[in-house]
Amino acid sequence: MSPAKKKNAWTRRHLLGLEDLSADEITLVLDTAASLAEVGSRTVKKVPALRGQTIANLFFESSTRTANSFALAAKRLSADVLTVNVSTLSTSKGESLRDTARNIEAMGVDCLVVRHAIAGAPHLLARCLDCSVVNAGDGWHEHPTQGLLDIFTIRQARGRVEGLTVAIVGDIAHSRVARSNLWGLTKLGARVVVVGPSTLIPPWVRDFGAEISNDLDGILPRCDVVNLLRIQAERQAKNLFPSIREYAQFFGMNAARASRLKEGCLVMHPGPLNRGVEITPEVADGPHSVILRQVANGLAVRMAVLYLVIRARQIGRKTGSAPEGE
Amino acid sequence: MSVPPSKRILIRRGRVVDPAGRHEEIADLLVEDGRIREIGRISKPQKGQDIEEIDAGGLLVAPGLVDMHVHLREPGNEEKETITSGSAAAVAGGVTTVAAMPNTAPPVDNVASAEYVILQGARAGKANILPIGAVTKGRAGVELAELGRLAQVGAVAFSDDGAPVASAEVMRRALTYVKMFGKPVIDHCEDKDLFGEGVMHEGAVSTRLGLPGIPAVAEEITVERNLALAEATGGHIHIAHVSTAKAVDAIRRAKARAVRVTAEVTPHHLALTDESVSGYDPVFKMNPPLRPRSDVEALIVGLADGAIDCVASDHAPHTREEKEQEFNRAPFGVIGMETMLGVVWTTLGKTRRMDWPTVLARLSAAPARILNLSSKGKIEPGADADIVLIDPKKEWTVDPATFLSKSRNCPFAGWKLTAKAVVTIVGGDIKLREA
Repeated sequence: MSPAKKKNAWTRRHLLGLEDLSADEITLVLDTAASLAEVGSRTVKKVPALRGQTIANLFFESSTRTANSFALAAKRLSADVLTVNVSTLSTSKGESLRDTARNIEAMGVDCLVVRHAIAGAPHLLARCLDCSVVNAGDGWHEHPTQGLLDIFTIRQARGRVEGLTVAIVGDIAHSRVARSNLWGLTKLGARVVVVGPSTLIPPWVRDFGAEISNDLDGILPRCDVVNLLRIQAERQAKNLFPSIREYAQFFGMNAARASRLKEGCLVMHPGPLNRGVEITPEVADGPHSVILRQVANGLAVRMAVLYLVIRARQIGRKTGSAPEGE
Repeated sequence: MSVPPSKRILIRRGRVVDPAGRHEEIADLLVEDGRIREIGRISKPQKGQDIEEIDAGGLLVAPGLVDMHVHLREPGNEEKETITSGSAAAVAGGVTTVAAMPNTAPPVDNVASAEYVILQGARAGKANILPIGAVTKGRAGVELAELGRLAQVGAVAFSDDGAPVASAEVMRRALTYVKMFGKPVIDHCEDKDLFGEGVMHEGAVSTRLGLPGIPAVAEEITVERNLALAEATGGHIHIAHVSTAKAVDAIRRAKARAVRVTAEVTPHHLALTDESVSGYDPVFKMNPPLRPRSDVEALIVGLADGAIDCVASDHAPHTREEKEQEFNRAPFGVIGMETMLGVVWTTLGKTRRMDWPTVLARLSAAPARILNLSSKGKIEPGADADIVLIDPKKEWTVDPATFLSKSRNCPFAGWKLTAKAVVTIVGGDIKLREA
């Protein structure tokens, strides 16, 4: 399939998760991102692709990286960006999510980028809005642009995704990053091993094609990529593990463990880092780490996603054909 | 749709099904003064007699359904349902007797509240509305409510439904105390700690959707505890809305050793699985949650072999604005009285898992027996004339917009169902008559 043909294949008005996407669709986003990455290295870092379009950022959970990355991605495509200030949101006055979103849409918004603590919140909005909806993280469910940028980074550094062994380490149960990576990577033919304490790994991830391990040291020599998830201290309060110290001892990536990695093995982290917990500073800043490259790639991936969903909606409206929903 | 009461009703040539006696025949049935007078070949009445004739050719003539688990929301949450709207929904679904759960505001933990429910039921004038009293004051699980006085004014059972009785000691005392009145304690079996913040069944689907899971063991551990307490005290425990295979199995084993236990299952747990939650629509959010196919299969087997005694709707109305929220925020519960008969028959009868006498036994005779309603749930001379005429071949599409309930949170919208109540008679009065 030629790249031009693949481009025509994108018909989705929303991006809600990677579970719904085909391998071809994921590859199409990655290819589009690769062609847009170059914009960031120009003197004038801007293209007119989405000029006249309005993109609203609606983040119900705090975020530095993702919110700014989406905002900057939109600006590089010449779209107008509305960043909704959550602290002044009317939901804090009792307005429903549905009403809040419909009011923002009524201002002429073409695409809503939404982050919410509850899984499925973007799906609810996709059902009741006409504009595009991009999921920027919903509860423990998915964080599709993070999954895409992780896969983009792997493909960029290793030249391929198929056949690689990727370990996702940490709190799998409560991680949207883990789920989006799992779907995307397995669709593209990678082997995924989820690693962590047994209290933080739902056994059902096996049904989705992942291998489960509780032994980080045992699987490290096999890995082409190690993706370390942020561990949240509040999980300790629910007895999911006894202490941060014990977690770090069994599942933290430190220099000793890094020394046993294969050559060329990538160490990734979606941020923000808990230095000294899931990753020590010498590994985070060491030769295997591609953490900052992930952040840079996030911009290109989000430009691609915004461009594709808004285009699909425009084409759908012009032809009168109902674009595919989710 | 309400027809002026007629003193006598002659139902002609219907297929009369008495699930209590497991008897079935084509016969006429005469209703007089609120009771079934005669069944058999009844000669045509003389002209001028005040008698209403119904041609029941092709219809089943069965005891009206007894729904022993209904939330009518009055007093306190009349925006969701009132006793009037709930009564209308009941007879539209062929339900002639409703046991109303006490988790209202204020709760039915006192005589005045129980009498209010009875009074409002009489004012509504459709179905028999029977109050269930709270087990504990304020449903707080600490002090017993005045169970004897509640029983005296007409409470048919006791339950803190919605909030399980957490203390084993309180449950032990309640089961011992109610033996004096011959009433069951109904428990919503759920261990609060294990339930946690869950919003759906914990399993493959919750893992895929990233929603907090409710482990099956949260129900099973409490079922096992209640069975042990019923066995120790000799009191009657009724397990509300059983939803897991292990819970069914525990009940079956307890019955084998003669523990006084009865159990119910809801139509939605028989017809739907946790896969339904995939679109994050809170119309599929209920407690206990929808379970995987293997549990559903065990519930069907249990209902067929008698481990589970009856079907009850757990009719739980909620407003549209509540159910349009994010999945974790929306309240648990679905409505069910208007679809119960059609869903149960379409799921179990059409698929030949059960025949009509068995389905009707589970919907009328069994719950009547559990609640000690000795003249209900049967078709025999002298029994209450609570009768439903069912068109067993009628195909219809569920459209919540047409419901008589005030709420629309029905998980079966758009389903094509077979079998419908076409005439509902309560106490000898016709309360529903479909054109």
